Amino acid sequence: MDVMPKWADVVLIPLISLVLAAALSALVILAIGEDPVAAVKLMITGALGSTYAWGYTLYYATNFMFTGLAVAVAFHARMFNIGGEGQAMLGGLGVALASLYIPWPHWSLALAGALVAAGLFGAAWAAIPAYMQARRGSHIVITTIMFNFIAAALLNYVLVNLLRPMGSMDPATAKFPPATHLPTLHDLLTPLGISFSKAAPANVTLLLAVLACVLVWVLIWRTRLGYEIRAYGHSESGAIYAGIRPFRIIMVSMLISGGLAGMMAVNNVMGEAERLVLNSVEGAGFIGIAVALMGRSHPFGVFIAAILFGFLYQGGAELALWTTIPRELIVVIQALVILFTGALDNMVRMPLERLFLAARRGKA
Amino acid sequence: MDFLTVLQILDSTVRLATPLLLACLAGLFSERAGIFDIGLEGKMLIAAFFSAALAYVTGSVWLGLLAGIAASLALSAVHGLASITFRGNQLISGVAINFLAAGLTVLVAQDWFAQGGRTPSLIGAGRFEPIDLPFANAFRGFPVLGPIYHDLISGHTILVYVALLAVPATWWVLFRTRFGLRLRAVGENPAAVDTAGVSVVGMRYAAVAICGVLCGIAGAYLATALQAGFVKDMTAGRGFIALAALIFAKWRPWHALWATLLFGFLQAIALRYQNIDTTLFYILAFLCLLAIVFALVAALVAVLRRTGFEPVKTALMQAGGLFGAALLVWSVPVLDFRLRIPVQFMDALPYILTVVILAGFVGRAIPPRAGGEPYVKER
Repeated sequence: MDVMPKWADVVLIPLISLVLAAALSALVILAIGEDPVAAVKLMITGALGSTYAWGYTLYYATNFMFTGLAVAVAFHARMFNIGGEGQAMLGGLGVALASLYIPWPHWSLALAGALVAAGLFGAAWAAIPAYMQARRGSHIVITTIMFNFIAAALLNYVLVNLLRPMGSMDPATAKFPPATHLPTLHDLLTPLGISFSKAAPANVTLLLAVLACVLVWVLIWRTRLGYEIRAYGHSESGAIYAGIRPFRIIMVSMLISGGLAGMMAVNNVMGEAERLVLNSVEGAGFIGIAVALMGRSHPFGVFIAAILFGFLYQGGAELALWTTIPRELIVVIQALVILFTGALDNMVRMPLERLFLAARRGKA
Repeated sequence: MDFLTVLQILDSTVRLATPLLLACLAGLFSERAGIFDIGLEGKMLIAAFFSAALAYVTGSVWLGLLAGIAASLALSAVHGLASITFRGNQLISGVAINFLAAGLTVLVAQDWFAQGGRTPSLIGAGRFEPIDLPFANAFRGFPVLGPIYHDLISGHTILVYVALLAVPATWWVLFRTRFGLRLRAVGENPAAVDTAGVSVVGMRYAAVAICGVLCGIAGAYLATALQAGFVKDMTAGRGFIALAALIFAKWRPWHALWATLLFGFLQAIALRYQNIDTTLFYILAFLCLLAIVFALVAALVAVLRRTGFEPVKTALMQAGGLFGAALLVWSVPVLDFRLRIPVQFMDALPYILTVVILAGFVGRAIPPRAGGEPYVKER
């Protein structure tokens, strides 16, 4: 059945899809009267040209690693978790509660505590849709979309009515205590003799995100549970025949997924803003979909794709700053990546398969 | 709460329900044919922008409407290409379409009008004006019925009436024509339709195209009738509320009308009572209790359906209904000063209701059987 060699499936198809998306984006830039080559140059200097630029790129990439892994883990069980956005919002609430109300003696303990809180809150928000899918057969996509909106309303209520400090008009929590301040890459790299921009928000959470990539890889490909998740994703009836309980797989994979999405909040809420504001997630939950699709649901692919999207995000912000191209260009690129690597996958795959088939016949 | 306030709320209910209704019917056509569409939001958004842009440039709202429909159809074509021709994942395609619209509208708006991702305000012929139905002014003085006719039924834009007429039209097309039968069959059992010699691909493209037209009208209504011009992200989740309404309505046209009117009502109340006052408590307490009683009765019925003892069931249902009604009447004044329901809860209520429906507590929502699955012809 395998018409194509593995490298073509893993590398070539995403690459072609990416080129197609990039070409269309270039056309869009041309259509609004800007120069795509100059735009790309500006993006590269703005996102990779200095340690300050790298600091932002890696900060965004940290967010996308968590949300991308979240979508990827669910994908392996053939669950499409669109709810990363809401789960990350709730994760932010967990981080805020843990940071504000527990007197942490040291940032490392605060980090561990916030990570657990974020994961638990995110997982809890994924648990209800997961249960409904597993027990009632309610479609996970619809319920997770609904839960995104419910999360937004809930967070709005909590921020405006409960957590807002007295006398403040801003719907946001108070500033977190100094003990919860996470070391930035500047703080981490200076002792090693490497100078890194002080102003950039990339912080120790980046290391956690990389660690999460490794752990997810171990989970999916080196544990019994991961095997069961993949087996269930490949064939539900086959998995049942092998004695794998669908209820357990759906719940566990969605809880892990929600937990990962929630953990993103450690980076943006605790590492950057140091308080919880409305819309702190800024669409990162949705970008996770693009990241997981491009990374072919493999943790290493997610890692690469997250850095690429971090680059796009920071580069897009620079574009908006220096040219008339608005920030929404990244949303278009993101849409095209999702379209080509996700929905139009067969458009790239079918001709390629034919090509490989012809080549093989020629050889034989 | 006086009669006039009630009329105003209902009037704004109709206006806010219209885009939901159009989008809901759009989704109905698509999903009945087996193509899931979570890109309703994106199609409405792009139609809203292009209708407002063209209406502003040409000064004709009708050209704007056409442009909106064309833009929406273009995205429908992308969705069709991805989910029918290339048999891709329909949900992922819908997600992509939503982002594509969210990005493109602002990008193009900034390029054309340079006003921070919005169009200039529409005036005069660039907007749909309210139309007065015959005798609206003559009947105005008539007690009760006069104001209802004048304020509630008359005085909307033409698109509102189009949307309302689309409900029986949809019902008729889907359930009384050969086209409709085939369309529904394609969503339930495409192989059977194929065997009968009808093109599955053709039927599905037709359904997706109808969906595009209706979403286009919905978007144009938002930008040129409900408001005067396009602003960034102006659909504000309406496409998803419409999706929720579709599930709530269990993929049926008349139910879609009631569902969207209910959600429009919730929006109208949330809009009017940004600050909570006492009258709102009556409405909210009433709604919540209604929902609770409804859920309780439904649960009871579900339990009894399993035991299957008919006379006990009816007796219990009647007793439950009476008890619920008594509880309601008693509780409204009590809850009036004890409950404080935040406006955010009202915003979330359509989504919460959908989740409750999806959980199967209040009757089961069963989607078309072949929904979401690309059709592969056997060779």
